[in-house]
Amino acid sequence: MSLSGYSNRAMRVALFVTCLADQFYPAVGIAAVKVLRDLGVEVSFDPAQTCCGQPAFNTGYRDEARAVAGKVLDLFSASGAPEYVVSPSGSCTSMMRVFYPELFERDPIRHSRAQALARRVFEFSEFLVKVLEVEDVGASFAHRIAYHDSCHLLRELGVSEEPRRLLRAVRGAELVELEDHRLCCGFGGTFSVKFPEVSVAMGEDKLKAAAAAGAECLVANDSGCLMHLAGLIHRQGLTLKTMHIAEVLAARA
Amino acid sequence: MPETQNSSSSIPGAASLPIVECGCTTQTWPRDETAEHAIESNRIHELGQKVIESAHLTGAYRSSTLRLYTHRLQSVGQLPGFERLRERARALKREVITHLDYYLDQFASSAEQHGAHVHWAADARDACSIIVEIARRAGAREVVKGKSMVSEEIELNHALDAAGMRAVETDLGEYILQLAGERPAHIVAPAMHKTRGDVADLFERYVDPRRAEEPEELTAIARRAMRAAFAQAQVGISGANFAIAETGSIVVVENEGNIRFSTTAPPVHVALVGVEKLVPRFQDLAVFLRLLPRSGTGQKLTSYTSILTGPRRPGEDGPREMHVVLIDNGRLRALADEKMREALYCIRCGACLNACPVYRKIGGHAYGWVYSGPIGALITPEFVGLERARELPFASSLCGACREVCPVKINIPDLLLHLRAQVQETVPAAKPKGSPVRERTAMRFWAWTMTSPRRYAWIARLARWGQRIFARQGWICSFPAFPVSRWTERRDLPALATKSFREEWKHLNPKGGYS
Repeated sequence: MSLSGYSNRAMRVALFVTCLADQFYPAVGIAAVKVLRDLGVEVSFDPAQTCCGQPAFNTGYRDEARAVAGKVLDLFSASGAPEYVVSPSGSCTSMMRVFYPELFERDPIRHSRAQALARRVFEFSEFLVKVLEVEDVGASFAHRIAYHDSCHLLRELGVSEEPRRLLRAVRGAELVELEDHRLCCGFGGTFSVKFPEVSVAMGEDKLKAAAAAGAECLVANDSGCLMHLAGLIHRQGLTLKTMHIAEVLAARA
Repeated sequence: MPETQNSSSSIPGAASLPIVECGCTTQTWPRDETAEHAIESNRIHELGQKVIESAHLTGAYRSSTLRLYTHRLQSVGQLPGFERLRERARALKREVITHLDYYLDQFASSAEQHGAHVHWAADARDACSIIVEIARRAGAREVVKGKSMVSEEIELNHALDAAGMRAVETDLGEYILQLAGERPAHIVAPAMHKTRGDVADLFERYVDPRRAEEPEELTAIARRAMRAAFAQAQVGISGANFAIAETGSIVVVENEGNIRFSTTAPPVHVALVGVEKLVPRFQDLAVFLRLLPRSGTGQKLTSYTSILTGPRRPGEDGPREMHVVLIDNGRLRALADEKMREALYCIRCGACLNACPVYRKIGGHAYGWVYSGPIGALITPEFVGLERARELPFASSLCGACREVCPVKINIPDLLLHLRAQVQETVPAAKPKGSPVRERTAMRFWAWTMTSPRRYAWIARLARWGQRIFARQGWICSFPAFPVSRWTERRDLPALATKSFREEWKHLNPKGGYS
């Protein structure tokens, strides 16, 4: 598939794969690349990228967060960097779009870079629907799926309809809504290890909601939420599957 | 009504408790008011875990918060322009907080013009001694109290008790907690964690030995006890939902009528008011009175809204003296921090507690002081000092559900992040459980790794090699060191992928398709 009516110059996108997908879930990055390329987008990946800096930022270590975030910011602000930065994570996208300007508010050069990056960085599903204006990416996946709204994507970026539209267009997939679908799954970054008992109790509620909805597969846009939920599913020996939205959209089965 | 049995023998400290004459009934108070509550905010982990382990408590919190949350949603949906109201309320609170000195002066002189006495209290001790002195001059042996979070904050009941005076809580929830010897578990519904059965047990044990189960019967028992107290009390103490700078009035909203009773029946009324409670003008109530009940309980208006301006005038009913005690108690510390002062916009509706998935799990008492939930995690460190509540800002997944419901749009997650940075800069915690190094050392190592793609790739390779010892079929189910050890306490961790994405990328044909 390619984008009809699009300019003959291919749209250039830099992938920010995120450290979690890079190390734990490379299939998420591969799937995102496939979906974007199938839509005629020219995807590049610069291996100079590491982490967006969020673990330190969310734990209150601003200097350490600035050191790491500064590298990412400079990387994507370099001349010749692609027009768009796309990331398969609502949380890392929020970090770059919402919190980089705050983190660098006392550094005029990086602050203006952060403001410019904020306009160029998109979460994967948001990019497909808002920028590429695509809903049907040609995927087929014959399962009953439930979409979990990850909090940063939902509340920092205001993205909730876009992923649902993409999933509704997947052939064979039946999208069901979870009760309390706006409720946090309990991951919360370092919260998951600072308050593991609360984090897990919240995750269990999410799994109960998925079971009640009769979902076979829980889909989300953040590897963090998925790692937490998958880890809980595995510990409890449940049959529920978890998948990143990019993997569902790349499925052609 | 028959004599109440003395059933206090099994209660610690009860032997020395004075007997309170409550009209027709002789009542023993189980709570030893001489014991001050400690600030236990840094024990949130263990306190929270105890709640999670109790199906009884989690069930009570879950159903109560969901009910209030749902009621709020319904009532907000029925009010067109709710978003504009929130914006307006926020603007008004910002105005008053950024010019607090001006509005406090205006309030004090307006209140005095109407015949009220205005007192200034820097901290809890100040406020307690002012109120004890007022009560003493009024010859009080007994005082009735309307629900007031600030009075919990300053441990007023303890101070009154030490001065030989007995305080009777007249809010039903607070009354229940006074019997149970507990702090409020919620800003608006202080006894939300108590089921009907819990209340029946408490009443049977301490108030009326005839077992009652129905809410109407239980309410009637409390009502009888309180009526007697209202008739006898020489002083009534209330808090304030708003204090109007323009007119010097105190505004209280409630559903039970006990606050109106407490503030009008006794000859002396004392209103205990945090300095952040001000609103500029009388007309601004039109904004706040529509927001507060809807956000708190989902009501359009509460059953009673009392606007109290000075003591009674000739020919009127009401108290002959009115005192307003304006208290700082840490609020000016928040005001001095340009970012944190936003927390002072709070109108204590409790909506953020009801929306918070963490509060729903661990409840109010786990926060270890008076205020709980997301707003408690913000203002407790400001009021009691960061060191004594350093764990609270971390008790959030930063999901933002609180900000979504806040009637004055406080950016709670952002302020929590700000406080987290303050904690790490000024009062960092000791080594985390199971960690060989301090958290900052670990974060520095992490930053050192992440600032170089080569180091990052190298450490990842090292971890991949090392995880073979712990990984079974792609999962790590237990691990000896922090932070993975905390993760694997209750869930498994996927092992690192055999190949990272950056390694896979080399095989992804850049011209499209797959190799």
